[in-house]
Amino acid sequence: MKNIRIIVLAKQVPDTRNVGKDAMKADGTVNRAALPAIFNPEDLNALEQALRIKDKYKNVTVTLLTMGPGRAAEIIREGLYRGADNGFLLTDRKFAGSDTLATSYAISLAIKKIAPFDIVISGRQAIDGDTAQVGPQAAEKLGIAQVTYAEEILEVTDKDVTIKRRLERGIETVKAPRPVLITVHSSAPKCRTRNAKFIMKYKHALTVTEMQDATTDYEKLHQNRPYLDIEELSVDDIKADVNWLGLSGSPTKVKSIENVVLQAKDAKILTDSNNDIEEMIKELIENHTIG
Amino acid sequence: MNNVFVYCEIDEGNVVDVSLELLTKGRKLANELKCQLEAVVIGDELKNIEKELFPYGVDTIHIAEDKRLYPFQTLPHASIMKKLFEDEKPQIVLFGATSIGRDIAPRIASAMRCGLTADCTSLVIGEHFDKKANKEYKNLLYQIRPAFGGNIIATIINPEMHPQMATVREGVMKKEIYDAKYKGKIHKLEVDKYVNEEDFVVKIIERHIEAKKVDIKGAQIIVAGGYGVGSAENFKLLYDLADVIGGEVGGSRAAVDANFIEHERQIGQTGVTVRPKLYIACGISGAVQHRAGMDQSAMIISINTDIKAPINSIADYVIEGDISDVIPKMIKYYKKNSK
Repeated sequence: MKNIRIIVLAKQVPDTRNVGKDAMKADGTVNRAALPAIFNPEDLNALEQALRIKDKYKNVTVTLLTMGPGRAAEIIREGLYRGADNGFLLTDRKFAGSDTLATSYAISLAIKKIAPFDIVISGRQAIDGDTAQVGPQAAEKLGIAQVTYAEEILEVTDKDVTIKRRLERGIETVKAPRPVLITVHSSAPKCRTRNAKFIMKYKHALTVTEMQDATTDYEKLHQNRPYLDIEELSVDDIKADVNWLGLSGSPTKVKSIENVVLQAKDAKILTDSNNDIEEMIKELIENHTIG
Repeated sequence: MNNVFVYCEIDEGNVVDVSLELLTKGRKLANELKCQLEAVVIGDELKNIEKELFPYGVDTIHIAEDKRLYPFQTLPHASIMKKLFEDEKPQIVLFGATSIGRDIAPRIASAMRCGLTADCTSLVIGEHFDKKANKEYKNLLYQIRPAFGGNIIATIINPEMHPQMATVREGVMKKEIYDAKYKGKIHKLEVDKYVNEEDFVVKIIERHIEAKKVDIKGAQIIVAGGYGVGSAENFKLLYDLADVIGGEVGGSRAAVDANFIEHERQIGQTGVTVRPKLYIACGISGAVQHRAGMDQSAMIISINTDIKAPINSIADYVIEGDISDVIPKMIKYYKKNSK
């Protein structure tokens, strides 16, 4: 059996699922700083699928790739604690403002830089945007097939990968040739928890920037244990064209943002008069509750 | 050239609802932009599909028919649309935000290097002035969508790189026949000119698709009735409202026990738990067991003759009145005010 080289795409996201009262500012808008940064939930499902392949077959490597600011290196450590082998942090100010197209361009170049690879796995979508676009877009840019909404990777052979997909009203099993990009659905098994052995092994896994910022000197430790290096990739490292990145490389522009103001639960008491009901309907249309 | 396109998804030989909803929206956008509406249908055994589509005001239907094109597969469908769009240069392309639409639209957007906005809740034509470039854009598609876990509403535009592409979930737009006698033309594609062998490298081994079921859990809008609705007959009002505003109908345990509505629609502790954008409680008193299944709804409207009903304490709007008066008025004013 040939090697199976897996790249897991993971994203650090603000936890938008439980926007509690403390995460709301006095004016009713979201206080982003108060939201914890987490491993995007479906990316954890993806990581689990990769680790299951590693459990089942020999000569499997699981590499994490994340794009984000320096602190996104936390995601890589989280992955290492669960059984991944190494990780790359794609980080550069020039990525700021990238939409999904520009993001997928950067990620596809980073994958080519990390290559060779056989399987790229990511979550279906990230909870901060819910777009589900970066996976298919990266597959297109890599010129490989995509298999979305995977629930289980059933088999990997030298030639292909058999995948069970979760569709709206059922399941579909497909066989795709290697290399392939797979996005994983939230109905796939949850990720295993951190392993004490791996926490011990990787607790000092750091990027170069983190080492420079640290008060302790880790350099010697890293020289002796190169597996602790989390490699940083910049725009230059992946040889990206800056015109395809950031705001200039993003065809979509945000024209405006409205905060959804959560009102205190003081109910408006209405009568069944025409006027009251029409006013309510107008408000619901205005605030996009009904289309 | 420069028309509005809708990708029409096929399920067992029929066009799915969300595609018809998008054709309805697409027709309105095309009228406003003074351009044509075109549909793309890719699949197999598509005989008479035009009869289903023309009444939505479709001017041209592009049909790619081949037994290899059904069930849906990403690569061949993407190849066909990419080439078609390069030839036809649409200004807008709409997809259903289904497992198919959300799979293929980004692949095409990447290949064409154009923008794509997922899960739009509203599509409007508008203008834009780019201060930096001192450039004015007319007739852009405003793609409006909730973001950041629904805590903000963003308006997205794609000023430079067209087509402007968007996906929309089922039930968000209304489905409405434009003109039952409308006649457009059919453009049959020579499939082999659009696909190659490599587009068929992924093999479908097994498919198991169930019949469409009630999906209360996934509904963005729920109209729910309680014992106070009075009869199964009266529940028809709730279905009418749900139809018009694009929602599902649910019921409290009391309504289910009284056989006003079937068990699979029961909401509450012993039924399903829902978190819709809008929950309209009709004649529901709001026992704690019921509230446990719906109190996470983003907005709650309670229609009740009893102003002291417990549900009113968690409602955003309380309408004191009888559903047989209130619901028809809601339908009437929704139709009047929605675009």
